[in-house]
Amino acid sequence: MKQPDYREIEGGLPFYALVGFIGVFVLAALGAAFYMEHNGHWVTGMSNQIVWGTPHVFAVFLIVAASGALNVASISSVFGKIPYKPLARLSGLLAIALLVGGLAVLVLDLGHPDRLIVAMTYYNFKSIFAWNIMLYTGFMAVVAIYLWMMMERRMNDYTKAAGMAAFIWRLVLTTGTGSIFGFIVARQAYDAAIMAPMFIIMSFSFGLAIFILVLMGLYNWSQRPLGDVILFRLKNLLGVFVAAVLYFVIAYHLTNLYGTENHGVERFLLVDGGVYTNVFWFVQIGLGSLLPLALLYGPAGKSRLWIGIACLLIIIGGLAQMYVIIIGGQAYPMELFPGKDVSSSFYDGVVASYTPSLPEIMLGIGGVALALAATVIGTRVLRFLPVSLADDQVDPHHPAADAA
Amino acid sequence: MLKNSLIVMLLVFTAGFALQGRAGDDPLLPVIPAAQARFSATQGCVEPTEDMRKNHMKYILHKRDETMHSGIRTSKYSLKECINCHVSDAPDAPRVSSTQHFCNSCHSYAAVDIDCFQCHADRPVKTGHGLSLSPGGARHAMNGASPGQAQPENRPILAVEGNAHE
Amino acid sequence: MSEESGIDIYRRRFLGGAAGAAAGMAVVPGVFLHRIGHAKPADQGVTDKVRWGMLIDSNKCAEGCDDCVQACNDENGLTGFNRPETDAQWIRKVSLRDRQTGHTQTLPLLCQHCEHPPCVDVCPTGASFKRADGIVLVDKHICIGCRYCMMACPYKARSFIHEDLHDQMPYAPRGKGTVESCTFCVHRVDSDRTPACVETCSAEHHDAMLFGDLNDPTSEISKALQKYTTRQIRGDLQLNTGVRYRGI
Repeated sequence: MKQPDYREIEGGLPFYALVGFIGVFVLAALGAAFYMEHNGHWVTGMSNQIVWGTPHVFAVFLIVAASGALNVASISSVFGKIPYKPLARLSGLLAIALLVGGLAVLVLDLGHPDRLIVAMTYYNFKSIFAWNIMLYTGFMAVVAIYLWMMMERRMNDYTKAAGMAAFIWRLVLTTGTGSIFGFIVARQAYDAAIMAPMFIIMSFSFGLAIFILVLMGLYNWSQRPLGDVILFRLKNLLGVFVAAVLYFVIAYHLTNLYGTENHGVERFLLVDGGVYTNVFWFVQIGLGSLLPLALLYGPAGKSRLWIGIACLLIIIGGLAQMYVIIIGGQAYPMELFPGKDVSSSFYDGVVASYTPSLPEIMLGIGGVALALAATVIGTRVLRFLPVSLADDQVDPHHPAADAA
Repeated sequence: MLKNSLIVMLLVFTAGFALQGRAGDDPLLPVIPAAQARFSATQGCVEPTEDMRKNHMKYILHKRDETMHSGIRTSKYSLKECINCHVSDAPDAPRVSSTQHFCNSCHSYAAVDIDCFQCHADRPVKTGHGLSLSPGGARHAMNGASPGQAQPENRPILAVEGNAHE
Repeated sequence: MSEESGIDIYRRRFLGGAAGAAAGMAVVPGVFLHRIGHAKPADQGVTDKVRWGMLIDSNKCAEGCDDCVQACNDENGLTGFNRPETDAQWIRKVSLRDRQTGHTQTLPLLCQHCEHPPCVDVCPTGASFKRADGIVLVDKHICIGCRYCMMACPYKARSFIHEDLHDQMPYAPRGKGTVESCTFCVHRVDSDRTPACVETCSAEHHDAMLFGDLNDPTSEISKALQKYTTRQIRGDLQLNTGVRYRGI
């Protein structure tokens, strides 16, 4: 198969306009972070009951998606699927960009973001958070090396090894992210071994959805051909991942429902939790899982527009899933005194209320914007994007290629 | 040409010497407020002044770990005791936000940010460790002092009462 | 030479101060009802020979009484901002009503000072730590304000400081952007006294709270724990809490 030709995207006014537009959201996020840090977190919707809010929803989503975005590169390097090879560089770039975006949101929401050095020098190794700090920064280094192996012709022989290392690293990373919640014994919505593998499969789904959307967007923007062969392979794979996530969600809830002690929290999430129930059924399951499956595998799956819409819905569904897990899981009161109605001045025994505030939303969106900006700038500066992903370029057995 | 430039240099040097004020008069150098007492007749602080100026952070950091993790609350190097001695507890005394506060007078000059007083009290607070226990007594003393019913604070005396005030 | 005389003067002053403190403590009437047996030398670190614990008798806890809460707020300078959702609470009164029987009771809920604290396990920097004598604390110097410990605490004992603070108590530093919780009034415990909540409860003759050394079989609390049936809240988590309850 002919080696794909990579080239940077065009610069000029349209490029600067695009980066400028995305940059506005990044600046807004910085302003929001300063506002939160300067005044203290009372200006946000977070409280002593809901300690992790919208910024964490975005941050965890981006971090989970980051490791999933590397999937495409892993499929080519680790599993040897040749049609995915031209996409590997963009996959690595997107993985790093999404991780940077997520980490930025996480750090800027800290009570003391000025103590980042402390976080990187004092470690409690029993804490999965401490491990995650090293996994996240290490991931960026590992993927950077992987990209170097791919992009430097003399290092191409080591691509497979680097790809394997990156693949294992990102599995450990996502396990660590899921375990943030899985290791919490205190809350019924967490404290489950399934959290880690569920996050892994979520990363596959969200990461690939973002990848497809970014791919279509960049190729549209730079007017390069993107053939159906590769696109349909990606979208079919995406459907598998969406179905897998649905399976894990079902397994999680069914297991919880079996034990009487969990009936309260399950009832809260699935039936009478108000916003959490609505977001779970309508957005996460309906819009985010079932509808995209129908779109991807039905007749609409041949249309680029509907593929794009399906990806967008999966992303929205993913954010919804994070919202239900992170915020819904905190909203339900902890069971300290089983069988008793509890009340206090510290909101024991009652469902905690939470409304996302504007600074939080701006910070979260800024993280997304930062990831997009990094990706766009990356493709402008270095050769991440193949010149053509037309069918004959991608598939050596395509009729057009054979005829040539 | 050389003569002209020599004259200019001479003028600049002279001006420089003339404008260089004495330390107390120079508005650019920090005015560090005096402490409320001395450690001893021969030494102002718990260590010699120059040593403290250079190393006070090292002492404070070491002491804080001892206090936090081992519960050692002796006075030497204790931030609370530094404040007790170096900062006045008069109601109109400068707070840490002002450049007339002992710590900030030098730190603002040196442009070294300190965040100690985000958490720590920046002036001595005389409170009782035993509170007023009469039922219905004033609760929620908003600024720390239990009015009128404070027990004398049992401060280990480091510098102070009875010592020579120079 | 001056250094020597400085140390001599320091020692003299310290002994004088300690004597004055002891005298002062003896003089102050009616405050110190539960004197702790051991006096830890001031310049020595705490050890695990002692384990501090508390016994709370819910039967003696009156509905509507919040003396312990008020005492804690006063002692530690917990100022509120009329924002109950974000204001810090180190101890709170909890009211219980049995769904089956209708029986009601109240009890104070505070940091349980677990032997195996989940908050200590999850803290990424190690700011949340357990002292050798069992008191669980937050080293606010290295707390980055991530609030993971608040997620992990099974008792919702921790609070995050959501705004700038001023006029803190010198012995209870607290500030924006860090997490905090009940310290068992560690500044009192280190000078041989009891937490403010316990002291007030005793002084007001409610006698619902008892504080002492769990490792000392002759301490009042150990004898009470031997004699009466007591429970931990969420004992199934096997955290071996330092705070035990009667009547739940």
